[in-house]
Amino acid sequence: MFNYYCRLALSSLKRNAVLTTLMIVVIGVGIGASMTALTVFRAMSGDPIPAKSQRLFAPQIQSRRPDDRDRAGEDGVQVSVSYIDAMAWMQARAAYRQTALYATTLSVRPVEPRQKPFKATVRVVYTDFFPMFDVPFLFGSAWRAADDESHSAVVVLTREMNDQLFGGKNSVGKTIRLDDESYTVVGVLSDWLPIPRFYDLQIVPFGVGDQMFIPFTRAIERQMVVSGNTSCSGDGGSAFPNILRSNCIWLQFWVELRTPEEIAKYRLYLSNYASEQQRTGRYPWAPHTQLRNVTQWLSYRHVVPNEVDLLVLLAFGFLFICLLNATGLILAKLMSRAGDIGVRRALGASRGAIIYQCLVETAMIGLSGGALGLLLTALGLAVARALLSKDFVTLATLDFADIGIAILLAVGATLLAGLYPTWRAARVQPAWQLKAK
Amino acid sequence: MEILPILSAMRRNKVGAVLIALQIAVTLGILCNGLFIMQQRLALSHRPSGMVESDLFAIDNEWIGNPADVSSRIQTDLAALRALPGVVDAANTDDYPMTNSGWSEGVDLSPDQQTSSAFMSLYMGDEHLIGTLGLKLVAGRNFEPSEILDRGSTDRVQPATIILTRALADKLFPDGKAVGRSIYVEGGKRPTQIVGIVDRLQIPWTGASGWQQKYFEYSVIEPYQFVDTGSWYMVRTKPGQLDAVIQSARKRLLEIDRNRVIQKIEPVTDTRVTAYRDDRGLAVILAVVCAALVAVTGFGIVGLTSYWVSQRRRQIGIRRALGATRGAILRYFQTENLLIASAGAVVGVGLAIGINLWMVSSFEMPRLNVVWTLVGAVAVLLLGQLAVLWPAMRAASLPPALATRSA
Repeated sequence: MFNYYCRLALSSLKRNAVLTTLMIVVIGVGIGASMTALTVFRAMSGDPIPAKSQRLFAPQIQSRRPDDRDRAGEDGVQVSVSYIDAMAWMQARAAYRQTALYATTLSVRPVEPRQKPFKATVRVVYTDFFPMFDVPFLFGSAWRAADDESHSAVVVLTREMNDQLFGGKNSVGKTIRLDDESYTVVGVLSDWLPIPRFYDLQIVPFGVGDQMFIPFTRAIERQMVVSGNTSCSGDGGSAFPNILRSNCIWLQFWVELRTPEEIAKYRLYLSNYASEQQRTGRYPWAPHTQLRNVTQWLSYRHVVPNEVDLLVLLAFGFLFICLLNATGLILAKLMSRAGDIGVRRALGASRGAIIYQCLVETAMIGLSGGALGLLLTALGLAVARALLSKDFVTLATLDFADIGIAILLAVGATLLAGLYPTWRAARVQPAWQLKAK
Repeated sequence: MEILPILSAMRRNKVGAVLIALQIAVTLGILCNGLFIMQQRLALSHRPSGMVESDLFAIDNEWIGNPADVSSRIQTDLAALRALPGVVDAANTDDYPMTNSGWSEGVDLSPDQQTSSAFMSLYMGDEHLIGTLGLKLVAGRNFEPSEILDRGSTDRVQPATIILTRALADKLFPDGKAVGRSIYVEGGKRPTQIVGIVDRLQIPWTGASGWQQKYFEYSVIEPYQFVDTGSWYMVRTKPGQLDAVIQSARKRLLEIDRNRVIQKIEPVTDTRVTAYRDDRGLAVILAVVCAALVAVTGFGIVGLTSYWVSQRRRQIGIRRALGATRGAILRYFQTENLLIASAGAVVGVGLAIGINLWMVSSFEMPRLNVVWTLVGAVAVLLLGQLAVLWPAMRAASLPPALATRSA
């Protein structure tokens, strides 16, 4: 029966080619627009570290007067921390793993003398960073905890940086010149690019990431300035050493906590720490701390720009119009065949059979519209990549999930649009239609 | 006109009419807001920065290995750049407009103020900066060479003198007499005297909403030579010589000292394109979607009206046989569409304003001008008339003899 209905639907669709094409185009365009927006949205709001997003936490402490909203999230707590607080948390070791981090820019003098020197984005971390964030190594490994303590001049390169400097060969043990000082390569990462770069959202969270990693203690010793925001509130003297002594906020801090008990313990540690700061008069206001995991952190920091939300809304509004449109067209299509339906009913077809037939025909339109929609989505993404910067469309490519969503959306939406016309068709009075003939 | 018969015919075909009206309403709601955002973003990307952008380029210079004598190196570089043929002037600064990276501070009117009077973005430069960028000094004076001090990126100091934009000066001193008055900047207790006002100077950030939009022209220039491993050299050329000077400048700087990274040399017009790329991209996407929206709605009306015409062939034939002119048939369908579309437009205007109010509260967008929605309403009514024309003309050309034939 299904095959028969398919043939019936095909011949019916062929009979009114203009209307059929119009329906497929309308649905295709609607699906294309909404899927383009949805794909960009999904790529940007995805979980950057699915295995650990519930285990990694960003502690925060209120380090400004409550009426000073500088560098504060919507709860009024600052999103960066000062060197004093970060060092106290590092020394307390109250979490399973912890790292303070920031980004700096260093000049790199290539090994090959003919190459020009260039600037690189360098991520400054403690060695816990690598196991905490499941960073994969191609060659070598992270530096040892002893290197953190002794401010060692060691460096971990990303795969791209290793390709550029050493032609992709194992460079562990070789040295490179950073700001005219020698650093020994201890490890090379294999491909690793969490999108968005959740661990530091101060500089563009999408797009080109960190190119190499050096110990935090070394960077502080060498007074490497942060690439990103430093916010001071009147305090502090001049130059780098004073930023370390002041309550200027400029660092990110992350901890790994494995169990609910560890989380509860860390929360307690944080609030005790804040009360202590209130007592000593460093932060004389009511203590306020926060502990957010990666998922909560990303939503708290509004990583997905408003524009993307807007585009998604726009696209689904557009899809809605396309569906209204399709409903009208399907209605016209089915009702113009009221005569045929009357004959089928008179010859003994049940209402259910008519509904079945109409649904097969509608689903066929939906499938074709979905196929067209997928093509248009690919086109739409290419256009978006050409028009927008990396902040918006990084890694926004169609995957199997997207294709599945598109087909389901197309068929589901078309069937929804066809619901009322089908109901009308099923209510055709056979006698009436035959009489009119 | 025959409105009553149209209404009674419509009552027998409610769903079709409702579908068209609903489409018109949603189309209008999206169209008004889409075009409004598009117009805003384009306006944003055309705001004047205050600089003479066509003859200006920026060199991102960074010294390798923290040399001790950065200050004198910068002076040597600038002197060499100024000596190049085709160069009008050159200056050193920490940032320039549209780089989306800079330095912002609160500004106070008294030393013990709890909440700042305004936010300002800070540029550092010597007496050459105003002339190099091509800013217009509208009151007071430029800096004197003797006022200029060296300053690093982490130094916390307060300048003795300062130059403000007109927008910031008017905000702080609404009486228009800012020159000679004092303000307190960078959390300091020491007064800073306003010595000059420039007409315009955009802040480094170009965001479309929030403080970046609100404080768009609240910039100041402080009399400092920015001394750091990395800084920007701004170079102003004679008209039409930009490309040639870019080539010779790079060559000259590397001749002076190879121990540096020149990450990029960029015409300021390119900085603008990069800064507003997303705004323009969004405008293009909105334009395409709005056009597609109009097309889909238009074709939808064509399709549905065609169906109605074919359904009513006999009735049309009878009316023609009873003496109705072609014009009367044409008018019938046009009036019918006008009625449906008007109902849709009324709902649509409400929807447009509703969507906008919601965006105002959740995305910090400005209010939509009601005139826009009315223009939009007229546009969708015209769209309806245009779309219905072809099926209506087909209906009008049906022969009266149809009445005597069966369907």
